[in-house]
Amino acid sequence: MSKVAMDVPAKGGFSFDLCKRNAMLAKDGVQLPPFRKTGTTIVGLIFQDGVILGADTRATEGPIVADKNCEKIHYLAPNIYCCGAGTAADTEAVTDMVSSQLNLHRYHTGRQSRVVTALTYLKKHLFSYQGHVSAALVLGGVDFTGPHLHTIYPHGSTDTLPFATMGSGSLAAMAIFESKYKEGLTREEGIQLVTEAICSGIFNDLGSGSNVDICVITKDNKEYLRNHLQPNPRTYVSPKQYSFTKKTEVLLTKITPLKEKVEVIQAGDAMEE
Amino acid sequence: MESTQANPGLLCSPEDSQRTLYPYVTGTSVVALKYKDGILMAADMGGSYGSTLRYKSVERMKPIGKHSLLGASGEISDFQELLKYLDELILYDNMWDDGNSLGPKEIHNYLTRVMYNRRNKFDPLWNSLVLGGVKKGQKYLGMVSMIGVNFEDNHVATGFGNHLARPILRDEWREDLSFEEGVKLLEKCMRVLLYRDRSAVNKLQIAKITEEGVTISQPYALRTFWGFSAFQNPTAGAEGSW
Repeated sequence: MSKVAMDVPAKGGFSFDLCKRNAMLAKDGVQLPPFRKTGTTIVGLIFQDGVILGADTRATEGPIVADKNCEKIHYLAPNIYCCGAGTAADTEAVTDMVSSQLNLHRYHTGRQSRVVTALTYLKKHLFSYQGHVSAALVLGGVDFTGPHLHTIYPHGSTDTLPFATMGSGSLAAMAIFESKYKEGLTREEGIQLVTEAICSGIFNDLGSGSNVDICVITKDNKEYLRNHLQPNPRTYVSPKQYSFTKKTEVLLTKITPLKEKVEVIQAGDAMEE
Repeated sequence: MESTQANPGLLCSPEDSQRTLYPYVTGTSVVALKYKDGILMAADMGGSYGSTLRYKSVERMKPIGKHSLLGASGEISDFQELLKYLDELILYDNMWDDGNSLGPKEIHNYLTRVMYNRRNKFDPLWNSLVLGGVKKGQKYLGMVSMIGVNFEDNHVATGFGNHLARPILRDEWREDLSFEEGVKLLEKCMRVLLYRDRSAVNKLQIAKITEEGVTISQPYALRTFWGFSAFQNPTAGAEGSW
């Protein structure tokens, strides 16, 4: 199937072809489906041996909690992880894509991925979509140049910071960081501070909640502590319903074999196709 | 009989431009907490005119009567108007000369009524007020917003302080803080606000109100730290990037 003048897809950037159609639909009263946002608290900080990333686990769809225990810390490379806030689909897709690109790059160069490589891939992609890809990311990792922590905004700007927070709970978490962060934290102190910051987001921001996920990345090692802290357990047990403690008594055991519907008389010819 | 319901044009006629539509000169957050002997309140001295830091010596906390202290964020001119109303109120109260004086609960109630009534007329006093006081050993700390929402609590914050100071206060406030601990906690909140609120100035006052009376400190500045190694050389490892 070779056509000479094939329709080549537009190279990169945003195709605004459907905007006119969307505007016409909106005028007729058709509403866009509400996209699932993560309404999040995500944080990262640099401690003496590397980087610690933290995130809450609530995904919201407007006022409803769509997922009580989602994963917001995404894998990019064995030594690089990324937390994502904003539209859940965007953060998933963008981190997945950059993870594949980094993998190819690793095959190409034969070396461990660098954090700035991931940063540049993400930055390039987000900028070319002019902020329409609503992904706000906290990127952290350790490569041979040392530990790095970056924030990436949906329009494509980046910051390099010793501690960072993003998402709707970022102010609550930043209040904790600004008052308690110091250089040269140990691993335990770092995990403690990150947990405190995420808990501050969970309890003071309505868009964040449920559990705390932590990821510790050091030079030769990474630890993904999924649900490191669960400060919102289900404590209410209904007094009457749903109590399955009473065992059901077995009164009688009788096995009735069911009759076969089809009677196989003899092995005849093979069935027609 | 002309009422605004019969003639809705009265509500939004162009001659009616006396009401506050947007705030112009604004003060930023006020943070306050209850401690062992009374109330501690902190506010910086900035008055912003839009995005310019126009006035840097605005006193946003004032004593009211014998027992209360009022702090305000939002439109400064509306705060001054409120002080005028409260002045009148205290004056009338003193004229009774009956040995009793308006305490913080009463002032708080008065403020709530004023704010709510103005909001109902679509002409709000664009402030978030913090009212603290001690009367007969009872500590009182309350807040009124520009739409008339009022409540009483152990620690309050307005403006940006809602997002930045409240998590810290919820975590670290306890009953029976000493004066030093209370000041330290307030300074912690004000420092975070100084780092992260664009309309904050590094010139603040801390006010204390106890059974004895009100003391508002002289203005002073907080110590800040900018020496993180990541700030010294942010592009280490990625020459030429930003």
